[in-house]
Parts: sequence; structure tokens; C-alpha cells
Amino acid sequence: MAKNTHDVIVIGAGHNGLTAASYMAKAGLDVLVLEKNEWIGGAAVSRELYPGWKYSNCSYVCSLLRPEIMRDLELYKYGLQIIPYEGSATMMRNGDYYAHYHDHDMTINSIRRHSHKDAEAYERYSRDVLRQCKIIKPLLKMTPPDLTSFKPKDLFGALEFAKHFAAKDELGGLGEKEIYDTIRFYTMSIRDYLDEYFESDITKAHLAGSAIIGTALGPCSPGSAYVLLHHYMGEVDGSVGAWGYSRGGMGSITKAMTGCLNAHGGEVKPDNEVVNVITKNGRAIGVATKKGDEYYAKKIVSNLDVKRTFLKITEESSLPGEFVERVKNFKIRGSSGKLNIALDGLPDFPCIPEGDPGGGGDMHFTETIEEMEGAYDDWKRGEWSRNPYVDMCIPSKSDPTMAAPGKHYMSVFIQYVPFNLANGGWNEERKQEFGRHIVDCISEFSPNFKDLINHYEVRTPLELDNEVGLTEGNIFQGELTMDQLMFNRPVPGYAQYRTPLKNMYMCSSSTHPGGGVMGAPGANAAREVLLDMNIPQTGNYY
Amino acid sequence: MTNDLRFTALKKTPFHSRTSLASRTNKYYNWNGFTVPTEYSTTELEYTAARNGTSVMDLTPMCKYMIKGSDANRFVDYLVTRDLSQMEDNTVAYIIWCNEDGKVMDDGTIFKFSDSKFMLCCAVKIYNWLHDSGEGFNVTFEDATDTTAALAIQGPTSCSTLKNFGADELELLKPFGMKEFHINGYEVLISRTGFTGDLGYELWTDPANAENMWDSIMEAGKELKIRPFGMNALEMTRIEAGFIQTNTDFMAAEDTLRPVRMRSPYEIGMGWMVHLNKESYFVGKQALKKEKEKGNSERCLVGLDIDGDKPAVGSVIYNEKKEDIGIVTAAMWSPTMKRNVALASLRRPYGIKIKENIFAEIYHPEELEYKKIWAKCKIVKRQFFSPERRNKVPADLYE
Repeated sequence: MAKNTHDVIVIGAGHNGLTAASYMAKAGLDVLVLEKNEWIGGAAVSRELYPGWKYSNCSYVCSLLRPEIMRDLELYKYGLQIIPYEGSATMMRNGDYYAHYHDHDMTINSIRRHSHKDAEAYERYSRDVLRQCKIIKPLLKMTPPDLTSFKPKDLFGALEFAKHFAAKDELGGLGEKEIYDTIRFYTMSIRDYLDEYFESDITKAHLAGSAIIGTALGPCSPGSAYVLLHHYMGEVDGSVGAWGYSRGGMGSITKAMTGCLNAHGGEVKPDNEVVNVITKNGRAIGVATKKGDEYYAKKIVSNLDVKRTFLKITEESSLPGEFVERVKNFKIRGSSGKLNIALDGLPDFPCIPEGDPGGGGDMHFTETIEEMEGAYDDWKRGEWSRNPYVDMCIPSKSDPTMAAPGKHYMSVFIQYVPFNLANGGWNEERKQEFGRHIVDCISEFSPNFKDLINHYEVRTPLELDNEVGLTEGNIFQGELTMDQLMFNRPVPGYAQYRTPLKNMYMCSSSTHPGGGVMGAPGANAAREVLLDMNIPQTGNYY
Repeated sequence: MTNDLRFTALKKTPFHSRTSLASRTNKYYNWNGFTVPTEYSTTELEYTAARNGTSVMDLTPMCKYMIKGSDANRFVDYLVTRDLSQMEDNTVAYIIWCNEDGKVMDDGTIFKFSDSKFMLCCAVKIYNWLHDSGEGFNVTFEDATDTTAALAIQGPTSCSTLKNFGADELELLKPFGMKEFHINGYEVLISRTGFTGDLGYELWTDPANAENMWDSIMEAGKELKIRPFGMNALEMTRIEAGFIQTNTDFMAAEDTLRPVRMRSPYEIGMGWMVHLNKESYFVGKQALKKEKEKGNSERCLVGLDIDGDKPAVGSVIYNEKKEDIGIVTAAMWSPTMKRNVALASLRRPYGIKIKENIFAEIYHPEELEYKKIWAKCKIVKRQFFSPERRNKVPADLYE
């Protein structure tokens, strides 16, 4: 029994669990991470399902992972390298295309082909979105204050939060107008927001994509503008809003984190599913695994989403009824699917001229916001979108480690796909039918695409739930709407990574600041655990 | 190599027809009297090529000198501080050389073909100095700068790229090794050397072969993430590798106006290359011996790991009493390591005996105002980036 006792047990070896574990191990704690799958990484994995091809099976691009975390955990030393995107493009049915580039002025020139006014409006739009990014950036690293508490920590926290909201330090203080703008931005639909800047359908459709990826909102749903911000607030080396590939796939991130954890004496045990949190007198004291082992620790940190943590592995009787109700009501709706494709060569996309860096990053074929809303309408009826929004990219164009030279790996993210499929739910046949449908949609823009396919993996929200452990397949571990953000995330009163059970903490994307391969929930949770244990924190993050 | 103009102007390298075609931004730089691209498309992406795929850089403007004659071996050993008596044929060595005062004139690489034939590559022109120093030696000098076309092919996939180009068994070439290849009907010398701190090679050939070599290598690296690479990206990679640059991190002794600005090898982190126990005399030996004995070196060149993410370009370095103790000579945010790094020249004992409580004052421009940042610095090894693949034999292949 003695050897099964640790300082901290982290449930789930996703990127947030590993971030939290690494920070705690660096601070000198004995940390054990228990993972249900035989592999490590949660939704940040690289798996070879077809010999010779590596897939980023779930998450596929990187921008949100905080550079301070990469620096503190020395992820470079353990093999992480980020490769920036070259550009992005939306293909059009008339054979034309719309592209964005790494270079701002090239982007302006490109937009101008579609609308002279939009090209100039893009400057104003970029400024406004960047301003919002600057406001939110310091908030990501903060533990949200409890606005109902009179503890000095919360009062100061609330002031600090408000200060950043007014962005006094970064932006020299915002006027009334900018504060109104911020509130509007957090509550508006992306369609309404973009209409204030742009006239051409293609500009709006290209930009709106970021507002619907992963969410169960449509482009006309209030709150979707924030989802765009959530995808823009990352960076690649100071280039805010830029995205990149993780060399070797997204698994390189969690592999590097595991490297850091191991170097500091921590351990990950794969193939050890936690099925129960052991409690005693309102305290969490350990966990039991499916294999029948018990592990005890001073602190338990759950990287599972809030529903799985409290509705599946914790006895309901040990939790306050109101809390359980709130958790049950937490919105976590799956809306996305994915195809991972092993290609024998580079598919032609005749819309995009050969060698155009616009084709070097994410590619799409949704030309209007109305099409996007139509895709959402299908989801509401419990169907996959007949004309889906796709975010597809070919990481092997930039990353030489995903497939042999001349061979390519393509990642296709699909919006919208329901968790509860109408007319009987998901089965193997319908999953394959969905996969074939997406292949057909892409083939419309690439005549040789089908011929190049060696193998593909189809992922529906059901797989994301069953295999990865994301409830209903929601990639953010909970909808990113104002009622579930900041001090409301995951539920009011429990936004500080602590739970109703003493010594039990949450570090998943269900907590502030939410989803994406960001690591901030993990790092923030580690800070709170260390604070409660009176262990000093060091590093660039804190 | 010729100009269309009849008066003297910046020269074009034998790759100019290709580099100018590859340039999307038309940004050029005057390097040693030649026109070469500062940037082809985006510096970040070019930098990435060197750390992720293959980067291609026109190196032709580097000063290149052939040193030949029965005394060539003895002369080279006399010129440089390092003991090269054990140097093998077909290898390359990193070297520095000093004036008689023991102050560093430049650093560079020396290629040894045989005891009677060497090639010296460096940043600062040295033809005249070679002649002056060579008196009494049976040795001849030839300035090969204009008559040798050179390309740097660097990055993790560079070996595979060059194998596709025709350099068979290149993966077996050791770091600082060199080998003659016969490819596409011409001779190419390939050395496993470079200025990026990564796996990489440098190619040397007759200017007549330049265009064919560029085209063939670009084709060979097509599936290996190849990209032309400009001076801006080179500056990033060399800082990460901790390589010093003459007239940036120290002033070339013979070109320095103010004598107090000259630096000895001990003052720029090059003490390890001064072999005072070398039997024969070398230029500057006496002065260096004295400096070593007295221990009166005044400066040192260190690596800094700086808090925050704002590069400390041109920053003054202070101690905790806010006394000025040195200056940053090169600084950057490292995209590969996600660290804010710099090279700094410090006044001893700072950086040697006193390593704590060192700060950089960073002026970060923000829309016509400066944000003043007082950032804590940690003194670290100057070689910030040195991946395992850099020295691996056989070199990594992508197949």
C-alpha cells in the first residue's frame, strides 16, 4: 500500500493534466498521472494507424499553447518544435480563391482582388481584434476571482481582473467606447460583427470560420464572435493569431510534457483508467482504477471534463446537490468530426495556383455565411451537414516527419456533426457513410484527391467521447459562451480549480480559460494546488 | 559575377539570376560588396526551413583565400591561435587570428586539402594581411572570393536533399569533414560546416556551375521542405547557435578606430582556441601569454537568458546597484526554444565571478512610445541551441 501513495495524482494524461503534473513535479512534488488509454496525450496525440503515416488524430494545429509554458517546461529540450503556417485559403466554386498570407500586406493585396473596401476594412478589423486579444491575454493566466466572496484574495482578484479588462497597462487605458466594444464583442454573433466591417461574402465566410470551429453555435448565434477571439488569442512567436504545426504531430506536445514530467521524477501510467474517486469525510483521498488498484495522494487533480469528473467517477452522494445540478446543466455539445487521411501524393486543388503559400495552411470551401448557417441547421436536426464547413490542412507540406517524402497526411476537421445522430444514432455503417460524404465534398475541389487515398480514419463525436473521453465529443470540454466563461467556468462558485471535495481539483478545459491546446487551465490549477500546499511557484508563467 | 555597368558598383553573385527570381520581397543587403537577399519571403518561414527542413543560402560573398606552397602548413599554424599541427587532410577547423597585440582580427574556417594547400574563409578582407604575415614563408595567396561560388545547405533534411542532388554516402561525412564530389559533370566540394548550429553543409564550386547547382538542389529538396534563406534568418540561427559575428559581437582589431574597443580572445569567449603551449610562435602569442598570466582580461562575452518575451536588442546591462556593466551585442526571441536570449559583452568580474542580479534595460517600442522593461538575466552557456542531430554520424535521413 505504501508504494501507492503519492503527493498528487492527476487523472488523465491530456495536455492540461500533463502541464499541471509537470509544474507540480518541478516544484518538488511526487506526481503520478493515470491515463485510461494505452497511449499518452488525450486529444493531443500523433498515432500511426497506417504504416508510414503519422496522424494528429484529434487536435491538429497549435497556436494557443502559452509560450511561457513551453519555456518553463523546456518543451524544446524534450522535442517540441512549432512550424508556422504559410497561409490559408478558401476555394470558390467559380474556380477563384481567397487567401491570407503570413505577410500582412500580401493579405491586403489578396483581399483587394475581391473587394477594395474590404482590403482596407481588414486593417481596422485586425486592429480591433488584436485589441481584444491584448485585453484577454493577461486574463488567461489568472485564476478568476469569486465575485461573491469578500476574501481579500477575491477582492484584489476582482480589481485585477477589472484592471485588465480596462487594459490600463497594456493599452494605456480604454475609453468608454472601447469598453462597450469589448462587451459587444463577447456577446455578438460573428455575422453581425463582420457585417460592421466587410461587404464581400467570401471575406466574411473566410473570417467567420474561426468563430464556429468546435462550437455548437452557428455564425448567426449570439456569442459566436467570442469563439473567433478564442481562436485568435494565441500566437506563434509574438505573431498574435498565427497558427502552426507541432513538428511530428500534436503528440509531440504531450510527449515533450511527459519528458519534462519524467525528468522531474513524475510518472505517467497508461492503461490505468480511474473509475472512482475515493472520498472520506468530504475529502478526496485517492482513486480506484478499473484494474482494481487503489492509489492514494494528498491532492487529486482531474483532467477529465467536469461532467465526467463529477457525474461518472465521483459518488454523487459526496457532492452538494446544487453543484451536481449545475454540472448536469453544463453545456458540452459535440458538433465536430474529423477525417485523417494518408495520401499517396499531393492532391491538386486547381483553384489555388501552384506554389501559392495560401495553400500552405488551412483550406476551406465555404463561400458565404449563409452556407455556414445552413450547415448548422442540419446539425440542429441531428444530421451531419450536407454542405459542411471544413478546416483542412496538409501538415506534411510543412512537416517532413509526418510521412515519407512525396507522401502526405491530410487532416480534415468538419463542422457540423451531431453527437446524437437522428434516426437511430451512430453505427459503423453511418460513420463510413459520413466519411464518404466528406471525401465526396473535397473531391469537388480536387479531381485527383480520391485516387491518392491510401487510408482514412473517420472520427465522429461518438469516438471523441468513447476513445478520447471528451463528453459528447465537445472539443473544448464545454461550450465557450459567456454563461460558461471566466468566473462562471465550469460553474459559478467553483471557478478557482477547487471542487466541493477538499483536496480535489480540476485542471481540464472545462475550467477557465477553456478549450484548445493551451495548457493554461493546467498551469493555473497547478498554481492553486501549490498555493494550498504553501509551496512557492517559480517560472515565467506565474 | 560581372556587372552590366562599367563603373564600380555592388557585385552580383553567380547565383543572382536565381536568388533574385526567388525573392518575393526584393529586399537586398550589401555583404562584402555583393548584392544578396536580406529576406526572400518571410524571415520567420526562412528561419523555420533551417530548423525543420532545408535552407539554402548564397554564401559567395564570404572572403575566400587559397593558401598554397610548401610552407602552407607552417604558415597557417603561425597565423592562427589554435594548434593545427594535428589537423588531418580533408578536414575543416574553426579558427581565430589576432594581431601582435593579441587582439582578435576575425574568426573563420580553414579547409585543409593537404600540407601544401588550404582555403581560408572569413568575414573581413585579409588579403593584404596574409601577404604581410607571409613574408619569409614559401607560400602564395589567391583571393578566391570572386572565383568560388558557395552555397550553405543547412537544416535537418539537408543531408537527404544533398543525397538526392547526387552526393552519395554524404551521411557518413563527419562534422568538420569535407569531400570532393563529381555531380552533374562538375566538381563540388562539400564540407559538413555551417553557421546555423544544426546539421548542415557548405558547397563550393566554380561559378560556371552555380546556376545548375542551385536549380538541381532546389529540385532535390522539393519534397524536403527546401527554401532559400536570407541574411535576417541567418542572423537568428547564428545567435541561437551562439556563434559570434565580427563587427557585431566584437570589433575586428585592425579596423577598430578606438584601441580600447579591441578584444582579446579571452574577452569574447574564445580562450579555448588559444593554444599557448603550441610549440611554434603564432601572431599575438606573446601578448596573449602575458594577458593569461596576469589575468587582466577586462571583458567577457556571455549568453543571457532574459525574463519576458521582448528581445533585449542593444540593451545596456546593469548590476543590482544600477551600475552599467556591459551591453547586449545580439538578441532575439528564439522561436525554437521559446526563450528570450542574448549575447552580451560584460565588464569583468561580471559574467565570470559575479553571475547573480544582472539586469537588462529593454526599450520596447510601442506605437511611438517606449515601454521600459527591467528584465532579470540569467548567465547561461552561449551555445543556446545544439541539437543532437548536429553531430550525428551517420546524419539523419528522411526517406
